[in-house]
Amino acid sequence: MSLLEVSHIKKHFGDTEVLNDISFSMEEGQAVSIIGSSGSGKTTLLRCLNFLEVPDYGTITVRGEKLFDADNNGKVSEAETRKKRLHFGLVFQSFNLFPQYTALENVMLAPKLAAKENGTWRSRESEIKSEAKRLMEQMGLAERMDNYPHQLSGGQCQRVAIARALALQPDILCFDEPTSALDPELTGEVLKVIRSLAERNTTMIIVTHEMAFAREVADYVIFMDGGHILEQGTPSEVMDNPTRDRTRQFLAGYSR
Amino acid sequence: MLQTVTLSLLEGFGATLKLFFLTLVFALPLGLLISLGSMSRHAVVRLPIRFLIWIIRGTPLLLQLLVFYYGPGIILHNNIWGSGDQGRFLAALMAFVINYSCYFSEIYRGGIQSIPVGQYEAGQVLGLTRTQIFFRIVLLQVIKRIVPPISNEVITLVKDTSLARVIAVYEIIWNGQSFIKSAGIIWPLFYTGVFYLIFSGLLTLLFHAIERKLDYFR
Repeated sequence: MSLLEVSHIKKHFGDTEVLNDISFSMEEGQAVSIIGSSGSGKTTLLRCLNFLEVPDYGTITVRGEKLFDADNNGKVSEAETRKKRLHFGLVFQSFNLFPQYTALENVMLAPKLAAKENGTWRSRESEIKSEAKRLMEQMGLAERMDNYPHQLSGGQCQRVAIARALALQPDILCFDEPTSALDPELTGEVLKVIRSLAERNTTMIIVTHEMAFAREVADYVIFMDGGHILEQGTPSEVMDNPTRDRTRQFLAGYSR
Repeated sequence: MLQTVTLSLLEGFGATLKLFFLTLVFALPLGLLISLGSMSRHAVVRLPIRFLIWIIRGTPLLLQLLVFYYGPGIILHNNIWGSGDQGRFLAALMAFVINYSCYFSEIYRGGIQSIPVGQYEAGQVLGLTRTQIFFRIVLLQVIKRIVPPISNEVITLVKDTSLARVIAVYEIIWNGQSFIKSAGIIWPLFYTGVFYLIFSGLLTLLFHAIERKLDYFR
């Protein structure tokens, strides 16, 4: 059984078909890269997985549990959706850190509120705090825990955002163009962190325009165009021996 | 004479302050309700509230005071405010609360709508409830953004209270003006300006302190 099974997802905005019959699956510990030009539907696909968009058609299954089924989506309560979306974590292109909290507080906020909700905060406070600190250290931000987001560089912000997503221990961590808002100089430090996560077999889906990085870090590559998956396979299948002209054309744009 | 005038003006300023603080106590929260209504997805809620805001912001407060005070008596043949000083004060307070909550509501709306959608989405993907997102993430950012425009309105309110004399609320200007008739002197009226200046000066300091307090994040 695959960890994630995405099956026949469709999504349209007005008259535009943004996602058209998207199906793929991934295994535990895999890193999947989604590549494709702007407007090809990559980001919308990630947003569907994280319940920020509701697909019109199709199903999303994690560990055999059907998280989303377009056929009976009307009956799902907000509380259920909240629980389901915790299977996924999302790192945004623009970080979206909470400006009024320190870096450490950003990482701790969600686990803390969850613990408060089920009445375990008192007993778990020190555990949650030390876990958040450990994640910050893992991101190389041991010295930056008490800084506010506006005191951090873009690369540091993005690493805090990664720690924040990891704090909830999602099954699958999604990255939506995590380095697109960064200076080239700062891109490296974020890619390094993602690379180290891949080495620890963190299950990840990475939407990226960094082709060299996608090839290096991914076990599996999906090429999207116009809302379709045109090609999927290992990096060498998709990137070295593409079968479609459109894929070759896209990749050629990067090798120039 | 100076002492007599000062005491009289202080008494009037007491009424001014009472009107000022009571207006804030009711209008600040009511404004939030109105702003949420004006952003409602349901047109039956949104449109009447937008209409109310249009009326209130589109007509002079002076006129609203007169309508609030005399309106019920003329339309219903029943002066709901009761007689005497208290009735007039109540009518004035009512008019000020409605007027200022409409202005506050637009400031709140601007503040709430200026928060990037990414803040809500980040809260959502972390499994927070809508209530948690509003109170733990959005609210403080909104407050930080609306402090300058709110301070503007509040300082305007200090001086707007003087309009209440049109329905014979005995606030400070009324008392100052009364010396023209009773003693033939106009300087007490000018002297009222000192009271306004000192009070709005204190408010300015207070709002600067609040802004500094929220300076730790951007």
